[in-house]
Amino acid sequence: MIPPGPQSLVPSHYTGINFKVLKMIEVENLCKSFGPRKAVNGLTFSASKGEILGFLGPNGAGKTTTMRILTCFFPPTSGKAIVAGHDCFENSLEVRKRIGYLPESVPLYREMSVRGYLSFVAGVKGMDHRAVKQGVNRVMSDCGIADVAERLISEISKGYRQRVGLAQALVNDPEVLILDEPTVGLDPRQIRGIRQLIRDLAGERTVILSTHILPEVSMICGRVVIVNQGSLVAVDTPANLTSRLRTSNRMGIWVVGPPQEVQQALAAVHGVKNVQPGEPDPTFPDAHGFTVELDTGTDARRTLPPVIIGHNWDLMELRSLEMSLEEVFIKLVTREDEV
Amino acid sequence: MNPRNVGLIFRKELNAYFNSFIAYAVIAMFLVITGYFFYNLLSTFSMISFQAQANPMMAKQYNLLNINETVIRPLFGSISIVMLLMTPLLTMRLLAEERKSGAMELLLTYPLRDIEVVTGKFLACFTVFMAMLAGTITFPILLLTLGNPEPVPIFTGYLGLLLLGSAFISLGLFTSSLTENQIVAASVSFAILFCFWLMSYSAVFLSPGLGRVIAYLAITEHLESLAKGVIDSTDIIYYFNFTLLFLFLTLRSLESKRWR
Repeated sequence: MIPPGPQSLVPSHYTGINFKVLKMIEVENLCKSFGPRKAVNGLTFSASKGEILGFLGPNGAGKTTTMRILTCFFPPTSGKAIVAGHDCFENSLEVRKRIGYLPESVPLYREMSVRGYLSFVAGVKGMDHRAVKQGVNRVMSDCGIADVAERLISEISKGYRQRVGLAQALVNDPEVLILDEPTVGLDPRQIRGIRQLIRDLAGERTVILSTHILPEVSMICGRVVIVNQGSLVAVDTPANLTSRLRTSNRMGIWVVGPPQEVQQALAAVHGVKNVQPGEPDPTFPDAHGFTVELDTGTDARRTLPPVIIGHNWDLMELRSLEMSLEEVFIKLVTREDEV
Repeated sequence: MNPRNVGLIFRKELNAYFNSFIAYAVIAMFLVITGYFFYNLLSTFSMISFQAQANPMMAKQYNLLNINETVIRPLFGSISIVMLLMTPLLTMRLLAEERKSGAMELLLTYPLRDIEVVTGKFLACFTVFMAMLAGTITFPILLLTLGNPEPVPIFTGYLGLLLLGSAFISLGLFTSSLTENQIVAASVSFAILFCFWLMSYSAVFLSPGLGRVIAYLAITEHLESLAKGVIDSTDIIYYFNFTLLFLFLTLRSLESKRWR
């Protein structure tokens, strides 16, 4: 994976040569209004080749709208969207040749067979006759739908339909994949399969996927874009996002001793902002748990143990409490709400 | 416009018509109703023929024994009215269904030009329409084997029906592009077609200048001379223009939907 580096010196849409394109998706100050309602308001982000970009946000945050602009379904009200080196508005046909799109509702032609449908899509996407057959067979085995190849789409289950939807996005081997909630409606085993497939697909391709499932993001995405009410809230790797948001270090500490005194003693330590009684740990039933919040820059591993030992209590465990991506997400989105 | 893409859309639409029984149902209804009209016209003709045996003067006077005038020409008129009722049922799904199911979202993100989609869909519907019309060929064949009607008006009549059909379909395609509700699409196209048909009746009551304009606009009026065996360029141009106008409006309507 190419790390998110500085902007390429020559904007790709001027050179028009694909190997110079470092950024496969560039979105600049994108706005889209539906009447008075602003669905997307000044969004800017980019994705490099081989990157899996997670698109995260509450319902109505503008995820689908952004994806529809990137897939040239409708043009933006203002701003620029460049996909695979071509402008989505100026040169939409070239963009559409290079993308694979899976809409949220997975609309398929129910009266067609799976193979017939995929062949139609492959043809429409400009593959020549021999490549169509090969491509359809390849994508059917990749997505695990070869066993329903001759069935009508109206007859197959939701899980299969979702995978047929993914297969149609993949059939022409596109440079950019845009997936709107690709794992919705699948059983856990299928979800694992699809995630693995998406991971395997990256490397050559750029994938941008929106999702509600937060663990999914930390599992497969290299970077996350968090949007709320049409605006960008944060862009970073899931790990950075979690650590960056730890405005105060939180430590969990388990001590055998009188709880009130322990709490007072801990609170008196330099650099400790707040001490709360925490969850008891079943491994040490006689110990009391505390959640200690520290100022940034203080290392609790150094300052806390001497205090406990000085009082002759038993220190059972001391560990830092990481914020889950879910907490980060909620923190970011609520913070935005308060502004 | 890439003919291969048009062909792919065409095949997909044809497949949709014949896999979902729409085509079979509409063709069957069409043939039953036109068959009833044909039967009525033919039995009237045979009744007149019997009476003419008793009263040769009457027959000569009214020119009723001409099978072209008494059976074939009214038959084309009846077929055109049944077409007016049936083609909205064929066209209503063309774009409205895609929009309703959300498939339009995918279709418009494929590297296809709008004109390829519209042309492919129009041709597919026109093909179903031709299959429907082909069923009625049995009527003139029956007349040709039993009697001796003039063949030229039959050919020009069918030419007229094909042109009329393409006009009906392009209008239906346009109304289907306006809404995601198939019932609305069908009723609007039926209402507009009905107005174009009624124009020929109201033309009589208007001032001569306006009356001529309205009479020219009336859609079935142009079938008259073709059903008589006269190929008038005015009629051909009328149907071509009508078709092209509504195909153009369909393209514009698709384009404007992207901006909303």
